[in-house]
Amino acid sequence: MHIDPLERKWAYTALGMAGLFVSIIMVDALIHGINAPSHVETIDSARLHLSEEFAEDNLGVKVDAQGDITVRMVAGRYSFYPKHISVPSETKVTFRWVSTDVLHGVHIPMTNMSTMIVPGYVAQVTTSFPKPGEYPVLCNEYCGLGHDHMWSNISVVAKENWTASTNAPVTGDAK
Amino acid sequence: MNNAVENKFILSHLWVAFIAFILACFMGVYQVLERSGFIEALTSPSVYFASVSTHGVLMAFVLTTFFIMGFGYYVASTSLKMPIWNKPLAWTGFSIALGGTVLAAIPLLIGKASVLYTFYPPLLAHVSFYIGATLLVVGSWFWCAIMVVMFYQWKNANPNQPVPLAMFATTANALLWLWTSAGVALEVLFQLIPLALGWMDTIDPGLARTLFAWTLHPIVYFWLIPSYTAFYVFVPKQAGGFLFSDEMARVAFIILVVFGLPIGFHHLYMDPEQASGWKLLHAFGTFVVSFPTLITGFTVIASLEIAGRLRGGKGLFGWIGTLPWTNPMTLSVILALLMLIFGGFGGLVNASYAMNAMVHNTAWVPGHFHLIFGGTTIIMYFAIAYYFWPILTRKPLFSDSLALIQLWTWFIGMAIMTTPWHVLGLLGQPRRISSVAYNSLLTLSWDPYEFVMIFGGFVLLGSACLFIYNVAKTQLSSASAEFVQQVEYAEPIHAVESLPEYLNDFKLWNKVIAVLMFISFGVPILQFFFMDTFGSSGWGY
Ligand SMILES: [Cu+2]
Repeated sequence: MHIDPLERKWAYTALGMAGLFVSIIMVDALIHGINAPSHVETIDSARLHLSEEFAEDNLGVKVDAQGDITVRMVAGRYSFYPKHISVPSETKVTFRWVSTDVLHGVHIPMTNMSTMIVPGYVAQVTTSFPKPGEYPVLCNEYCGLGHDHMWSNISVVAKENWTASTNAPVTGDAK
Repeated sequence: MNNAVENKFILSHLWVAFIAFILACFMGVYQVLERSGFIEALTSPSVYFASVSTHGVLMAFVLTTFFIMGFGYYVASTSLKMPIWNKPLAWTGFSIALGGTVLAAIPLLIGKASVLYTFYPPLLAHVSFYIGATLLVVGSWFWCAIMVVMFYQWKNANPNQPVPLAMFATTANALLWLWTSAGVALEVLFQLIPLALGWMDTIDPGLARTLFAWTLHPIVYFWLIPSYTAFYVFVPKQAGGFLFSDEMARVAFIILVVFGLPIGFHHLYMDPEQASGWKLLHAFGTFVVSFPTLITGFTVIASLEIAGRLRGGKGLFGWIGTLPWTNPMTLSVILALLMLIFGGFGGLVNASYAMNAMVHNTAWVPGHFHLIFGGTTIIMYFAIAYYFWPILTRKPLFSDSLALIQLWTWFIGMAIMTTPWHVLGLLGQPRRISSVAYNSLLTLSWDPYEFVMIFGGFVLLGSACLFIYNVAKTQLSSASAEFVQQVEYAEPIHAVESLPEYLNDFKLWNKVIAVLMFISFGVPILQFFFMDTFGSSGWGY
């Protein structure tokens, strides 16, 4: 078998490039703990309202005794519940998303809060929002003919101005 | 070698492919107009999603499958210098695939299968959509079997001879397709059809998505391999030179197939039902598969350089100008490589495990794959068509200059359409929406890009029409007396005398694939049977 020396050099360069990218990803994942949302946890989508955790009263922003913030949201055609939430900036927030019906996806543009919401599973993402502001929360996975209308809002409030008022009021058009 | 019956058989495949293509192009233009929201009268989610579903199925499944089958039959019969084995069987495969296409098209067109081409359970389409799609795949398995049989017939008749590279690549593709279509076949046969028929009450969408991911990345290589084959076996000759390395081409095809198969998980990066360790493993594999593409880029550019220098090009870059830019195959490969560079960059972002969160399911993604698939892959399908039509119909191409205009406009249209999509993706626009209904300031920043996208869409439609016009005119023109052209395969610059068996056969590689598939999909699929999962009932849309 014949391999040109130049081609051999290029092959090593190509392998080196792939190796470099993979090492960066590995360092991020294994040392800095930057991972894709992966939380293999099942839940019965048909009985969400009977589950302790995702009963209507427990949705929205909750702060526990340690001061950790958890947001529980339900996605169902064609809305996110609750419709509006408010969280502090520069603070770790853990989102737990479930679907009542079909596949949804959720993305807050200009941030890396993104996950698929697969019926039967809890999608959990921990992130923090660096910049205060009003952001839309968009369903980014086709879930039926009303998919375009599936969105809600999130207010990211400067850390020092945020008060732990859980269950922010549900407003129709919180713009 | 190629008799009239064989030519007709191959042309039938290619015509089905390109009719699907042009119908899908018209839908594409409707879609960019509709989703921009600029024309009030067009607003209709039900028509939009029926159109998107049909566009996806026609482009990704019908165009590709029929083109690849036709291309494969032609390559097998000409490179091996053997007639197509068992023609009745080949016609049977064609008929089953065509019947399946029609069966799937009916519910798609009347809006009874608006589940997009990735199916999206627990959304549920009419059962004839799933059965039709399955038959299309089953029909293509006949082709796979015929390719493998012809490969071994030739090998047995020519012991210790290297199998012609074009046939080696085609057989690699047939094996890849058999392996990868198994994932979606399992999903459709054991989940979607039983649910659609009411035999089962619920299915697990997590399992369905995992099975689909098994198919969802290697299928891209199934589409791409004919284009790479043209890079290696047609381009060097058409450009006036030699293939730089026959052996490295084989290595590239083997790596593409062997490591391309077990990496589908990067489509599940944002999914909750798979653990991060498995996603990391698949991320690793995804970067391994960038290797054969980088090797291919090197070999093709080196082959072009040989051609350019043989044509009198001097200096570091002088050979580029002397290339035959007016030869459709040469022009296509240059444009294809340009789109591959930009599309490949986007692909590296998508493949990057955590960075993916920024662009997942945004307009960035169709921007990326329209460049790679709609650009790099399809432009080579055009080049192959321009090359094959005169040979198969025994008539000269209707217009060479129209062909060049068509290739350039396709490239320009693709650049115009996909650039705003990449930007829109970074600005957070979701990919699968039929209109921008969000009452948010952010969406105002999307508007100017929508204009550009529409313009790009029209340029592409115009180019697609030119293509169909040119090949149709070629076929319909009255036969010119003695036009005979034969297909010419490029010679490697160093003749291949003997090859190690692992570069001339797939027996070993099938075993390696089986092991790799078990490692990367074994636990991720079996976990659904170990843990307590909850099924979902089907939903309409
Ligand atoms: Cu949704």
